Amino acid sequence: MIALGLEGSANKIGIGIISHTPTKPPVILANLRHTYNSPPGEGFLPKDTALHHRAWVVRLIKQAIRQAKITISDLDCICYTKGPGMGAPLQSVALAARTCALLWNKPLVGVNHCVGHIEMGRSITGAENPVVLYVSGGNTQVIAYSANRYRIFGETLDIAIGNCIDRFARTLMIPNDPFPGYNVEQLAKKGKNFIELPYAVKGMDASFSGILAAADVLAKGLDESLPDEKRLKTEEGELVTKEDLCFSLQETIYAMLVEITERAMAHVGSKQVLVVGGVGSNERLQQMMGMMARDRGGSVFATDERFCIDNGIMIAHAGLLEFQTGVTTELKDSTCTQRFRTDEVYVGWRE
Amino acid sequence: MAPETIEPTAPPLRAPSPTPTYRPLHALPPPFTSSNLEVLTQGAEALVYRSVFLTPHTPCVVKYRPPKPYRHPVLDRRLTKARLLAEARVLVRCKRDGVDVPRVLGADWEAGWLVLEWVEGRTVRGVLDGWAERGASVEEGVVGLMGRVGRAVGRLHGIGVVHGDLTTSNLMVRQGERKEEGVQGEQSKGRMTTSEMRMLAEDGETPSFPSVEAKRQEQRDELEGDIVLIDFGLASHSTQNLQDEDRAVDLYVLERAFAATHPKAEPLFQKVLSAYGESFKGARAVLKKLEDVRLRGRKRSMLG
Repeated sequence: MIALGLEGSANKIGIGIISHTPTKPPVILANLRHTYNSPPGEGFLPKDTALHHRAWVVRLIKQAIRQAKITISDLDCICYTKGPGMGAPLQSVALAARTCALLWNKPLVGVNHCVGHIEMGRSITGAENPVVLYVSGGNTQVIAYSANRYRIFGETLDIAIGNCIDRFARTLMIPNDPFPGYNVEQLAKKGKNFIELPYAVKGMDASFSGILAAADVLAKGLDESLPDEKRLKTEEGELVTKEDLCFSLQETIYAMLVEITERAMAHVGSKQVLVVGGVGSNERLQQMMGMMARDRGGSVFATDERFCIDNGIMIAHAGLLEFQTGVTTELKDSTCTQRFRTDEVYVGWRE
Repeated sequence: MAPETIEPTAPPLRAPSPTPTYRPLHALPPPFTSSNLEVLTQGAEALVYRSVFLTPHTPCVVKYRPPKPYRHPVLDRRLTKARLLAEARVLVRCKRDGVDVPRVLGADWEAGWLVLEWVEGRTVRGVLDGWAERGASVEEGVVGLMGRVGRAVGRLHGIGVVHGDLTTSNLMVRQGERKEEGVQGEQSKGRMTTSEMRMLAEDGETPSFPSVEAKRQEQRDELEGDIVLIDFGLASHSTQNLQDEDRAVDLYVLERAFAATHPKAEPLFQKVLSAYGESFKGARAVLKKLEDVRLRGRKRSMLG
């Protein structure tokens, strides 16, 4: 069976085509993505992002079909992101999905974005029943599977980790292209001095907003036009750089993530951990997670940016899994929602 | 269906080999040697061992927080120190104010260890599991146990401490004679000198490493015994703003833990709540707040 997946819950529009054959691993026929980037110092606004998605969706679908070398009649269903995400971009992509479904007379499947990430990660890495850390611009959750649901064990109490990194980058005027997290990661590699930032973990939950407030204050001390005595210095009297702040940010927030993941692993008695979502492509996070898992006698699974970062393939994949259990979304129900918790989805395709 | 000849235009799904797995042994810092240590559990943060302290006949619990290799050393030292001291302080405060918790025998926050009094007994979880196996009859013993659990939690909350991880595994039923209301006096001394401890250990009855005979007795008496609260790694204390919300979350977590044990254990939880409600001024307000927390329903299914 072949499914077309449309994803557009944030600033990326992704179109993917996947083919499932019983007893064989899924085959990716096309995986296209286009990202809307805002200028440095600014975030992406819903209305501009929706405009971007509307401008690209037809082009990308056409190209994906061409690239997959299939015809419309080969498609079994059309999967789209129902939520969670930003309202306007979600709506523009859902509209495109409905249009295709009516035009080609295909069933629709509304997919939970988080479940898409989890299923894609499981499929690529072969991790069977891992504790999942889902970290992206809009989500921060520690998830484990139990009795047909992906249960949320821990999550952010305020903003998402990616949002924290993006806004931190904005404060320091770090460019948004290709994405802020990547640029922060590259700068962090050159950082040496560890500057203390708030570390807020409560049980299996974490909080990131205090870090932003602290970063705003610290960033003021980096201004080169300030007199020397007013500039931010380490205890040894060295001037603190942008690189040091990026380094400290990564060390602090990723330690928080690893800690809540470890607590969830201890809680459910699992030894495998799967990292998904855009922030999951960060190598330092993967490395830290690996050290933790090794200490617990377990292993970490991660994917690269093609599957970590939002894409259409994961929506097609999760949608097709659901479609194969006989679930479709009626046209009148084919809405989208900004709030759609991971544990609301009935996972009928797993034991 | 797609014809078989379609070439994938994107690379096929591949399974990267996961990182190699081995479990390194943590070496405990001095004065501990691994010879008389017995690992009890590996939590997320700490390894918990059974060992002896000062005399070979004083059993104790060593809670060791090994350095986390993934954390920046500066951050690691800061967190280990802050958390270890917070835990020790809460325990000492509890002891002083008459809440039955393990006594703090020693600590080194640079090395990351905390030595606590050994509590002989079983966890409430274990006791309830045994009770469920025997048919889960609502007998006097188990009702009495619920009342003691409620009062113990109430006493803790009454002195302004919130446990933070109040599961049935973190409640113990102390083996031996009950002296629930008589915790004042020697027991409640928070501060002891080393020589006092040594004297206590030397003329106290020889410590009980449970024999088969003791095990049987334990089974008969397991519903009796004082409730001891353990694992204060996530506890917090505050005197001013009364944290009814946090207290209610404590109760909610405990309720979920009861529900996960046995279907019949959930109605029994009412006994815990009614005893709790009588236990300190302000307990009623917490029970009201608990209704809000239940409705919110976060973490509804995270236990069991």
